[in-house]
Amino acid sequence: MATELGPTPVKEPASGGAPVRHAPKGVGEDNVIASQGRWAAWLLAPTIIALGIVIVYPIISAVIMSFQKDAGLDPETGLFVAGGAAGFSNYANWIFQQCAAPDGGTVACPPGTLGAQFWSATGTTFFFTIVTVTLETVLGFWMAMIMARAFKGRSLVRAAVLVPWAIPTAVTAKLWLFIFAFEGIGNKLFSTTILWTGSEWPARWAVIIADVWKTTPFMALLILAGLQMIPAEVYEAAKVDGASAWQRFRMITLPLVKPALMVAILFRTLDALRMFDLPYILTGGANNTTTLSILVINQIRQGFNAAAALSTITFIIIFLVAFIFVRFLGANVVEQQTGAAKGKK
Amino acid sequence: MTAATELRARQDRGRKVAQNREKWASGRTYISAVVILIWCLAPAYWMVVTAFRDVGYTYDTSVLPTHVTLDNFRTAFDESFGNHFGQALLNSLFIGAVVTIVSLLIGVFAAYALARLNFRFKYLVLGFILGASMFPGVALITPLFQLFTTIGWMGTYQALIIPNISFVLPLTVYTMTSFFREMPWELEEAARVDGCTQGQAFRRVIMPLAAPAIFTTAILAFISSWNEFLIASQLSSDKTQPVTVAIASFAGAQPNQIPYTAIMAAGTIVTIPLVVLVLVFQRKIVAGLTAGAVK
Amino acid sequence: MKKSKFLLPVATAGVLAITLSACGGGGGGGTAAGGSGGGDAANGLDGRGPITYVQGKDNSNVVRPLIDKWNAAHPNEQVTFKEQTDNADQQHDDLVQNFQAKNANYDVASVDVVWTAEFAAKGWLQPLKDKMALDTSKMLKPTVQAASYKGTLYAAPESSDGGILYYRKDLVPTPPKTWDEMMSMCSIATANNMGCYSGQFKKYEGLTVNASEAINSAGGSVLDKDGKPSLNTPEARAGLGNLAKAYAGGQIPKEAITFQEEESRQAFQDGKLLFLRNWPYVYNLATTEGSSKVKDVLGMTALPGKSGPGASSLGGHSAAVSVYSKNKATALDFLKFLTTEETQKFFATQGSLAPVLGSLYGDAELVAKLPYLPVLKTSIENAVPRPVTPFYPAVTKAIQENAYAAIKGEKTVDAALSDMQKSIESASAGQ
Repeated sequence: MATELGPTPVKEPASGGAPVRHAPKGVGEDNVIASQGRWAAWLLAPTIIALGIVIVYPIISAVIMSFQKDAGLDPETGLFVAGGAAGFSNYANWIFQQCAAPDGGTVACPPGTLGAQFWSATGTTFFFTIVTVTLETVLGFWMAMIMARAFKGRSLVRAAVLVPWAIPTAVTAKLWLFIFAFEGIGNKLFSTTILWTGSEWPARWAVIIADVWKTTPFMALLILAGLQMIPAEVYEAAKVDGASAWQRFRMITLPLVKPALMVAILFRTLDALRMFDLPYILTGGANNTTTLSILVINQIRQGFNAAAALSTITFIIIFLVAFIFVRFLGANVVEQQTGAAKGKK
Repeated sequence: MTAATELRARQDRGRKVAQNREKWASGRTYISAVVILIWCLAPAYWMVVTAFRDVGYTYDTSVLPTHVTLDNFRTAFDESFGNHFGQALLNSLFIGAVVTIVSLLIGVFAAYALARLNFRFKYLVLGFILGASMFPGVALITPLFQLFTTIGWMGTYQALIIPNISFVLPLTVYTMTSFFREMPWELEEAARVDGCTQGQAFRRVIMPLAAPAIFTTAILAFISSWNEFLIASQLSSDKTQPVTVAIASFAGAQPNQIPYTAIMAAGTIVTIPLVVLVLVFQRKIVAGLTAGAVK
Repeated sequence: MKKSKFLLPVATAGVLAITLSACGGGGGGGTAAGGSGGGDAANGLDGRGPITYVQGKDNSNVVRPLIDKWNAAHPNEQVTFKEQTDNADQQHDDLVQNFQAKNANYDVASVDVVWTAEFAAKGWLQPLKDKMALDTSKMLKPTVQAASYKGTLYAAPESSDGGILYYRKDLVPTPPKTWDEMMSMCSIATANNMGCYSGQFKKYEGLTVNASEAINSAGGSVLDKDGKPSLNTPEARAGLGNLAKAYAGGQIPKEAITFQEEESRQAFQDGKLLFLRNWPYVYNLATTEGSSKVKDVLGMTALPGKSGPGASSLGGHSAAVSVYSKNKATALDFLKFLTTEETQKFFATQGSLAPVLGSLYGDAELVAKLPYLPVLKTSIENAVPRPVTPFYPAVTKAIQENAYAAIKGEKTVDAALSDMQKSIESASAGQ
């Protein structure tokens, strides 16, 4: 029964919308691509320009700076002088943990320098990303399913869900710092005496709880929008066919929500990999909660060029994660069309 | 017992089970809804309670409101302390509205192209747009500061709006593209057969169907701009300062004192427009839903 | 061959960068300090006209009335107030951005004592000598030291701050003068079922303050006279060891590693601490806040040292003139205005800011209003500026990272100090 139900009703609305060409296939197809290409260029231009100004220019300047040394001190005057070309030394500072030595050479970065924290910060960043995104996906899905149901007070729930997200992060972080204070309401309510920001695992969980609280609504809302695009009759049909709730979820909901879900997960992951405010305010990065972005801002205050190298490394790390995502997990919003276009060539 | 009565009995039993199951299901929905409400609102409740608490009792941990006062709200708006909170609220609303409208407009264009048109370099464009949301935000400040200083934009609204648009755009484009891909485009074709132009078909048929997605994306865009802090803290002036920066600069009467109560009061005020906005959008989201069901 | 192939795109990118950032100064962090700094520092010395004063959040509305007063007297040299946020990091970054962009509108800036050396070394601050000289003879010495770099004054001390040891008058008959004395009084705390001592031990700037105080009070120092780290000394070991031992022994309660100023104040006000190291602001709040349980039993004394008063870390702000300012004569007049006895008194009465003029600490009217002034004077007179170094951001991180580990017992004091030493050496060696 379940196999009969299978993906058939599912595929229909999904692939029914797939490439509808505006011109008959075959003759003049190249022309069509060319004219559509021109159209596409016009439609995409504003987006590309906006991103170009604000994002690409800074990235290029950061990459260039990353190959320059930070200003050093002239021992005579006590003034800073330009550092000159650095080659890859800024990158080596992070990846191989090579710090400058007083005699002009390099030494392994001693604990207390930022260079020494690179790998642990990378690990922490990934740990936070995996845990928070997983929790947010599961919770977000659950919340979206509830909000999609028709019941009295639904709009109340929908509005309430957005409250955590509507509170600016700067306030959220202070709020949780306040809740997680030793004498705060958190410990009071559960009669515990946990040093939330003072030891490794509680500190990590404090960050995770605050982040999950804050950003699950984002997930829930995107998934909810996906759920609402599923026509009700698909469910009706499945119910008539006697599909169980779990079957309906697995066979209808999940595949149909997948594109929206994947976009949500992808962007949450990219955001989580750049997590900054919450750990910075809650723990100051102590007890293994220093993320790559915290490291970047700490380094910016010490020397901009080494920070540029770290930003570039972070950029590459995130890029790789996104690539893996798009390539292997199907978070690709155009795979069908592009596949079709490729097939024709 | 005849076969017929047995059948009827079984049907009755079945109906009862189904009814029970439905009751149980709706009961479960309500339980879940309550759990969600508590999880989302409990910390916010604490924010509100603290907002109404006398500053001298900041660390009071009684769950119910104590030492209730409106002073914190007064402090937040008190111009003589240099708290331009009212102005900041307007700034945030203005910046958020412009960012939302502009990014949706150009985002929808881009998403339409990506979802519907066939052209070369599609992967490259997508990669580029996604790549734009990967650079650590903290590293963007200095280059942007220099750029905007050079062209004399410091302290203007566009210096805050344009970066915000760029931050919101990748998400907008990706979300809209993924939704557009799921659209029943054959309806557009049908409308064109009925004599609509492509533009009309898009406006009258596709847009209403995409409404839930568009309004969802609008909320995402607005909140993301509403929450932006890092860039604004360096690129805004007294006049263009958004609420996030205004709150961060709240100070207590004494140096080193963290005015938690006033911060929470400001947080409470800031949350209200969003909740109102969602309640307004609510109808639109539902409208989109019913439009979708009609097809 | 391979090299040139690789270098080509880099070179292209380089050309691109030059075109892109021609006006921005490269953003490399004061790269042009040595050369053009001298040029900028010689410009506008006689300039008079409107200027801007940049400062962090005006907490208690002291700056505005002062500027109104100045503006009434100087119709052609109006001062505009540019207010930054209340967050020190953001104030720092905002100043860096604007100095780097050579913004001529940031004429006079209020700089935290720990930024002075960094900004001076970047060539952003006008040296206050020759034509720009400022009389500092009446100011407390440590405040002047903190505003100087390599023997040159770069800013006018504006407000000061020092640590105070608060204690429970009802439980401690005579306040301790030394650390050991204080530790011996911890039995009182145990008997009353409360914590003995706390400062600020969360991993943030406050920990640098507390750790430096511990090291300085034991006779050590973080940096020597030439700005080189000097942490491998018995004195430094004794200082940091005091904190580590007290934490391990429970004299410092375990929650203290989550304390910033406010949490520690709260614990003390709730009657959970016998001794508290904190800033003067605690006095006003602890004696007036409704929830305070120590209103009538609040005692104050100088920080405990090795054999006498300890060495507080110095807080406060100085006012500096930007080398890019076009109206430096007006700016200098404004600095003098900020440091007059009248202005300083206004800062103290209206904003509870500790004056930089020694004479005011004996002012009967002021002492009546701010009873902690005599204690604070001792504190500031014995104060040691936090390490004066252009590499302060790296130095403070090195201290925080290792002091935190040592206090928590994750590292021995010796290892922590040796890592601190090496980290600071590496940072000062430059990238």
